[in-house]
Amino acid sequence: MLRAGSLIAASLALCAAFIQPAAAKVTISISCSSLGIEMELCRDGAQAWAQKTGNEVRLVSTPADAQERLALYQSLLASKSDKVDIFQIDVVWPGILANQFLDLNQFIEPAKLDGYFQTLIANNTVDGKLIAVPWFVDAGMLYYRKDLLDKYQLKAPETWAELEQAAKKVMEGEKGIQGYVFQGKAYEGLVCNALEWITSNGGGGLLDHAGQATFNNPQAAAALDRAKGWIGTIAPQGVLGYDEEQARGAFQSGKAVFMRNWPYAWALVNAPDSPVKDKVGVVPLPKGDGEHAVHTGTLGGQSLAVSKHSAHPKEAVDLILYLAGAEEEKRRAIKGSFNPSLKSVYNEPELKQDPFFSTFSTILSSVATRPAAVAGKGYNQFSSQFVRAVHATLQGQGSAADNLSGIRTSWK
Amino acid sequence: MKILGRIAFYLLVAFIVFYAVFPFYWAIVSSLKTGSALFTADLIPASSTFENYVALFREQPFARNILNSAIVAIVTTAISLGLAATASYALGRMAFRGRTAVSFVILSVSMFPQIAVLTGMFELIQVTGLYDSLSGLILADLILTLPFSTWVLTAFMGDLPRELEEAAIIDGAPPLRILTDVFIPVMAPALVATGLLAFILAWNEFLFALTFTLSEEQRTVPVAIALISGAGGYEIPWGRIMAASVIVTAPLIVLVLALQRRIVSGLTAGAVKG
Amino acid sequence: MRTLAQRRAITAWSFLTPMLVVLALVAGWPLLRTILLGFTDAGLGDFGESQFIGLANYRGLASDPYWWRAVANTLGFTLISVSIETVLGLIIALTLNTHLKARGLVRAAVLIPWAIPTVVSARMWGWMLNDLYGVVNAMLLGLGVIDRPWAWLADPTLSIASVIAVDVWKGTPFMALLSLAALQVLPREIYEAARVDGVSAVKVFFQVTLPLIRPALFVAILFRSLDALRVFDIIYVLTGDNPSTASMSVYARQQLIDFQQGGMGSAAATALFLIVAVFATIVVTAGRLRIGGVVR
Repeated sequence: MLRAGSLIAASLALCAAFIQPAAAKVTISISCSSLGIEMELCRDGAQAWAQKTGNEVRLVSTPADAQERLALYQSLLASKSDKVDIFQIDVVWPGILANQFLDLNQFIEPAKLDGYFQTLIANNTVDGKLIAVPWFVDAGMLYYRKDLLDKYQLKAPETWAELEQAAKKVMEGEKGIQGYVFQGKAYEGLVCNALEWITSNGGGGLLDHAGQATFNNPQAAAALDRAKGWIGTIAPQGVLGYDEEQARGAFQSGKAVFMRNWPYAWALVNAPDSPVKDKVGVVPLPKGDGEHAVHTGTLGGQSLAVSKHSAHPKEAVDLILYLAGAEEEKRRAIKGSFNPSLKSVYNEPELKQDPFFSTFSTILSSVATRPAAVAGKGYNQFSSQFVRAVHATLQGQGSAADNLSGIRTSWK
Repeated sequence: MKILGRIAFYLLVAFIVFYAVFPFYWAIVSSLKTGSALFTADLIPASSTFENYVALFREQPFARNILNSAIVAIVTTAISLGLAATASYALGRMAFRGRTAVSFVILSVSMFPQIAVLTGMFELIQVTGLYDSLSGLILADLILTLPFSTWVLTAFMGDLPRELEEAAIIDGAPPLRILTDVFIPVMAPALVATGLLAFILAWNEFLFALTFTLSEEQRTVPVAIALISGAGGYEIPWGRIMAASVIVTAPLIVLVLALQRRIVSGLTAGAVKG
Repeated sequence: MRTLAQRRAITAWSFLTPMLVVLALVAGWPLLRTILLGFTDAGLGDFGESQFIGLANYRGLASDPYWWRAVANTLGFTLISVSIETVLGLIIALTLNTHLKARGLVRAAVLIPWAIPTVVSARMWGWMLNDLYGVVNAMLLGLGVIDRPWAWLADPTLSIASVIAVDVWKGTPFMALLSLAALQVLPREIYEAARVDGVSAVKVFFQVTLPLIRPALFVAILFRSLDALRVFDIIYVLTGDNPSTASMSVYARQQLIDFQQGGMGSAAATALFLIVAVFATIVVTAGRLRIGGVVR
């Protein structure tokens, strides 16, 4: 009996001796995008890190739909699973998932974070904890048909009123074309659009730092009422069911003059087989006419966070810093139009020459942020109530002021 | 008048067939288009390409996903049928106290929305250590197929004539023998029909499969379809999704068409007499 | 010496046990947990730290207008789509039961929607119903039925109609199949006699056929209703969380996942279960169905 026991102990020790050197090499699982160029970029970037450090990486694919992805993340994190170390998270998720991720301030020197846009760092900071490192950044932009505006001697609109006039003029002249398409479906995309309308009209943000509603003001209501006036005139009735892709489908097939969308659409509307290739321009979204009216775009984008249950937090943080480093972000910008979260990358010659990136960096100076960090876990609930109010207004059920005042006012 | 009625009748039948078939036809047409051609409504594609199908198998282990779906659906169906057949023998052929109660409990399991059992099921899968494995998925899918199969088979059993087993009982054969030798052969059509229903349920199941598997090698086809995303975060590659949909649906259509007579006769034989 | 009844009961339970054990294993904990969580203030994934709060969640539910809207949506959806499915399914079954030449073809055609995964079919229809580049509008415009594109999924009334149309498309084959199965066991002699007496076909259907297939029809209606009351994928994929179409399952999902309110979401799911149970009892009673088979 004793002999068997010591044999086992000896072989265990032997095994341990063999495993030990290998244990320095760890496998990091990362959830980024699942397919297409985004997945390729993530995979190549992660592989490059693995080569450099001698570790291994494994890609875990998750649904493209934001709500489904969040649901899956929540199930995974709630089960305390260590199967995924790094999560790619949306700009509105830090508040919701804060408790499940490591505080990266404990791993990263503050100096290393200086290069990132401070709006993004602030967005990812919940109760003083840095939840995620910004990876790439999005903001709403206005796409327009250069050829059609030239034909009717119009210039890209500066204000919403100009956009309305331009849209009407082109619609009168062209058959079967819509003026403006955007994301009007009852989902998170409508929050982004409505925030742009309100902020650009001088109506401010949605919640203040204490989580109190700031949208109950005449300029915010006027902005929504204006948008309501678009439905059935310059925008199709169906826009109330559009998400990003449906809007792009309409615009790219030549059925709309203007479109609000994220930067991703730029590469696609200019693809070789796109009917509107080389006929499209981008500018910042129009502003309203009230006091404090500004050009703005809702902040979007993705960051990288480390699970609290990760078995290898040090290596995971190292991989995050590699992926969100200057070299890698530049590569992603050139190859896939992913806008860098590091300020310095925009000064690289390749990006500086491209009018798309220069337009985008001007938009970045005045982005509007959704109140995700301040509302924390309650953000989705706030978003849902806000969406209902805006969607009802657009559908013509009640006035904007009434619908907005029906939303809970305290979110802390 | 009679001719008019005939014409109206045939028009109705033609409309029903069109309504039933067109969406699938449209999925095939869309799967053969790429790029901007997708956003045009040409009923017959101007030029067709199999690029979407090729890309599907090139960019991910789609063949593996199909195999996984097949394994999960077949094993789930087999377990469900085995357990349901024995249970339905008791429920359909034997009088005992508590029978009605048991029937109600079984039925009520299928009254919960799937989303509500998701978290509890996740914990169960974790505890059993079956996370990210096909076995875990099979276990979870049983909650969908087992109550349903038991119900249909019980109804079928209940309607079989008494004489069937009487001879065997008089011969003193044990109940298990009666089940395997007397009932199973008679039940073959009903087993095929029920089995097909269970197979379709398991093959098409999405929510559990999405939540309980993580690696590409363990995923089933419906999940693989949902995870096909485009070049950018928001781009939906309709052509590929439609191609994948055609592939996931084709085996079921073949199965249904091949077994359609049996399905009808299986159900005819008594399962639906209530 | 045990009595015959006792021996029979032992045999019966021994046959039932394997199935019940497996069912308890897979369904027991998830269902019990949902019911219990409904009485707590649990968030997502912190069952252990939650407090018992009695019926507070149910009171919250009762005072939420969106819950009642979801209940109304679901009941309306179920009533309308199951009714249409029953009528259409019967028409198809009657057609297939005649000596129609293309019978095999028609039968094959109507079974196709049934085989397509729900998630896939919802996406397919969303693609077809798009107002600007969807094929449905293109065809209707081409035929001159409508003069401008309709917003199938955005207009509140049209979106309910669209969701119902998709469910009918998907659910009718099941109805047709079960009705056909019932029709095929009817004795031919009844029809022969009716034809000799010169009774009209419509009269034969309502006075002879329908009463005979009623039990089978009610089983089909029961199963379809159970599905329709729990409808999720079709509505979620086509119209998202939009309150004008949201069903009870969509509401429960939103509470559970989006809002991370495990307690409230579980209460909604349990309430949904109770509503389904009541509905099922009504159908079973109305159809005078014999539960759990028959022993003659």
